[in-house]
Amino acid sequence: MAALGLAASGGNWFSALALGVTLLKCLLIPTYHSTDFEVHRNWLAITHSLPVSQWYYEETSEWTLDYPPFFAWFEYALSHVAKYFDQEMLNIHNLNYASSKTLLFQRFSVIFTDILFVYAVHECCKCIDGKKAGKELTEKPKFILSVLLLWNFGLLIVDHIHFQYNGFLMGLMLLSIARLFQKRHMEGALLFAVLLHFKHIYLYVAPAYGIYLLRSYCFTANKPDGSVRWNSFNFVRLISLGLIVFLVSALSLGPFLALNQLPQVFSRLFPFKRGLCHAYWAPNFWALYNALDKVLSVIGLKLKLLDPNKIPKASMTSGLVQQFQHTVLPSVTPLATLICTLIAILPSIFCLWFKPQGPKGFLRCLILCALSSFMFGWHVHEKAILLAILPMSLLSVGKAGDASIFLILTTTGHYSLFPLLFTAPELPIKILLMLLFTIYSISSLKTLFRKEKPLFNWIETFYLLGLGPLEVFCEFVFPFTSWKLKYSFLPLLLTSAYCAVGITYAWFRLYVSVLTDPPVSKTKKQ
Amino acid sequence: MDNGNLMTTVVLIGLPLRWTVSLNSYSGAGKPPMFGDYEAQRHWQEITFNLPIKQWYFNSSDNNLLYWGLDYPPLTAYHSLLCAYVAKVINPDWIALHTSRGYESEAHKLFMRATVLIADLLIYIPAVVLYCCCLKEMSTKKKVANALCILLYPGLILIDYGHFQYNSVSLGFALWGVLGVSCHWDLLGSLAFCLAINYKQMELYHSLPFFCFLLGKCFKKGLKGKGFVLLVKLACTVVASFVLCWLPFVTEKEQTLQVLRRLFPVDRGLFEDKVANIWCSLSVFLKIKNILPHHTQIKISFCFTFLSLLPACIKLILQPSPKGFRYTLVTCALSFFLFSFQVHEKSILLVSLPVCLVLNEIPFMSTWFLLVSTFSMLPLLLKDDLLMPTIVTVMAFFIACATSFSIFEKISEEELQLKSFSVSVRKYFPCFTFLPRVIQRLFLMSAITMVLLTLMTVTLDPPQKFPDLFPVLVCFVSCLKFLFFLVYFNIIIMWDSKSGRNQKK
Repeated sequence: MAALGLAASGGNWFSALALGVTLLKCLLIPTYHSTDFEVHRNWLAITHSLPVSQWYYEETSEWTLDYPPFFAWFEYALSHVAKYFDQEMLNIHNLNYASSKTLLFQRFSVIFTDILFVYAVHECCKCIDGKKAGKELTEKPKFILSVLLLWNFGLLIVDHIHFQYNGFLMGLMLLSIARLFQKRHMEGALLFAVLLHFKHIYLYVAPAYGIYLLRSYCFTANKPDGSVRWNSFNFVRLISLGLIVFLVSALSLGPFLALNQLPQVFSRLFPFKRGLCHAYWAPNFWALYNALDKVLSVIGLKLKLLDPNKIPKASMTSGLVQQFQHTVLPSVTPLATLICTLIAILPSIFCLWFKPQGPKGFLRCLILCALSSFMFGWHVHEKAILLAILPMSLLSVGKAGDASIFLILTTTGHYSLFPLLFTAPELPIKILLMLLFTIYSISSLKTLFRKEKPLFNWIETFYLLGLGPLEVFCEFVFPFTSWKLKYSFLPLLLTSAYCAVGITYAWFRLYVSVLTDPPVSKTKKQ
Repeated sequence: MDNGNLMTTVVLIGLPLRWTVSLNSYSGAGKPPMFGDYEAQRHWQEITFNLPIKQWYFNSSDNNLLYWGLDYPPLTAYHSLLCAYVAKVINPDWIALHTSRGYESEAHKLFMRATVLIADLLIYIPAVVLYCCCLKEMSTKKKVANALCILLYPGLILIDYGHFQYNSVSLGFALWGVLGVSCHWDLLGSLAFCLAINYKQMELYHSLPFFCFLLGKCFKKGLKGKGFVLLVKLACTVVASFVLCWLPFVTEKEQTLQVLRRLFPVDRGLFEDKVANIWCSLSVFLKIKNILPHHTQIKISFCFTFLSLLPACIKLILQPSPKGFRYTLVTCALSFFLFSFQVHEKSILLVSLPVCLVLNEIPFMSTWFLLVSTFSMLPLLLKDDLLMPTIVTVMAFFIACATSFSIFEKISEEELQLKSFSVSVRKYFPCFTFLPRVIQRLFLMSAITMVLLTLMTVTLDPPQKFPDLFPVLVCFVSCLKFLFFLVYFNIIIMWDSKSGRNQKK
């Protein structure tokens, strides 16, 4: 109520935006929740009722603990609030327990921890100097940026409908980015190290952090041409950075090292037994690869080039099993994806080293790291696209080119999240919220950059508009056709392949813009 | 951002809000044998689809009028029939005669909720958007902010999407009527308003201002020339639209009488459940319902209603202006709500609609009124298990109003539209300058009582002697505030033209 009064009396737009979206999140409480809800309930139970030594061994439920220790401690802390709501949810053997109080508690825990995200957005808005535009509040870059972040469609549906805790984790990442922008490098490094021990998916962007801190913090000066001045290396800074990382890791993994459980923890964190693609293909390079394989096999069968008896059955019946078997193209191994990812990341890392452009350059490199690993990673979830979309919002209010890339990436990325919500009551919510976010982001960025050339060329416009008919076909036409039984995978395949095109295109354009940007040395700029 | 995109954004905020509220429970969910308004609407679909039109309003072995018999005008019945045809395509079980009674399922709930959303999207929301676009002397941003606040009004959302009714249809038609009449499309306006009355007879609360405003317009044009032509045209429009809506029923006298008997059940009580009007509040001290004979109750309530709305209506006939029209709509509806016979707690929505229309003129008072109106329905909303959406939507509405109008800075005499009133009072009492401060205090007190009462209702068990303690308290408190608002709005109307004349001088 205090915050309410504050927002009301000051007419403070930021609090109004934050409170508004919080209220919307509260309204989403009764919506559908996925198995991730049970996953997190199970983790609450595990951390609450078992000693630390059992956490990574417990396997009563199939949803074993597979996040790093800090997240387990986080669940442990939550469980001590949860016991005042409903003691029963903390029982390990109460599988799929979802009383109304459990639901309320879990949903509110997500909403409540999002405060960190709101704070991080507030900090980011302070340090972003977007394009100076009109005096109207709604045309200020800060206002647009805070709407783009706080009201982000993907975060809303993944956290508050599907159920996950990405909000405060993203908050940690944005906060550490903001700290780097504010030249508080040590804090930024500390926050990121902590974040890594909450959820290890952020390892994807770790190279950007490492190289940036090494190049622009440990080396204190540049040569006039922008290349590194080797003798300016500051050893104390490196040591303190190393110390931070070491201490955080010791705090997190130390207890398990002492218990001699590290191999077990790591085997839980990195399960390579899963397939190349998730059940629903994330819209990345491998989705295109799989789709091509499918098309080729169909053509092959039609032209009698392939023997139907030799084709692996799984690939033709559904194509959506965990282990996808390729028929025409060679199968992909984890090692191959790792190499592809590394190759994709390397140029951006080189850029960060040889063409340092301050925090903005770092941000670009971070987004490229996230996107590249999304493009080529092993068993990527569609939700991982948020890792690129949210930092990209920061760039979007700065330059027209970035805004254009952001809009393509966001719109296709968000659309690719649609299959997460497949239940009828949520259909209007996802469509309406998606429309709200997309229309707002496109029109506000268009207004911000109205004096420059249009944000989209006609192919891009055509592609984005194509998402509409695709949605109509997949959700409204297809279920009533006779193909529904025979080709039940078709909507997912189409969605995934269509979105993969857009995301690949955005990734490619961002890469081109990073590589072709003229190296600007700091002295020249000033 | 251009105007269109901003408006789209605002509508797209309103729509998901409505749909998320509709995921909650509805009235009478899982409560046999009578269920609630949700079952009533479903039952009407069943009746209208399966029975011939002549039997809709008559008691028969297939149509037990005691079980949610049709008691709304024909347009509602046609709407039910239309929905029934769609329901038939999806699942015939939903509207099967007799066997579908008390039918409840997730899919059916989804269907019913979707019909509300579609009706809202087709009728009410376009009217709100158009009304805000037609506002004069306002920047684009203000228009959009105004539309946002009106679309976020929690009372209507909670009753339509939570409790389950189709108020947005009748209110939407009424709003189209207001829009037409204020933009000089008098015929279209009166047509829309006739549709509103034929959808829900409660729209009669608004009929007097419409009548007076249009009559005043005719007088203004001169009853011997253009004014008379307009009057004839209007009369023809009204008669024609009524005849069209009632066509199957006007052919036989018995039919018409039966429908009218169903629409105006005079043998029901003075008020229903717990209503925040005078009669319910008085009955705390004096059981009027038991003391006075039935026809005396009707007469008393009629007299009070008539007297309380007379001044504003006469004023409107003499000086018809769109502004006066809007305020008269407020006072008339409020008078009806407070004094008339057989009032439901949901009827406060009929007052809230015109208050929404003056939101941009007196943001502080309107916001306050709209909050109180939602609060007055608290017992009903709690019965339907809608506590959470109520709190959330009320807070969202409050934040929207507070940020887009900065209401707490708009409490000077001028902004409360009390300037001319205070000036004339000051002629007799020179020290009469404390009004804004008093109003601000009153608002604070009222806000605190509302929050406290809500908290108490939710957390405390009522004493065994008075099981209805909290609902009665809620109604009583709301009623006091409504009386205060009645006086306030009447003052605005009465002192309005004086300021106009002063400005002209």
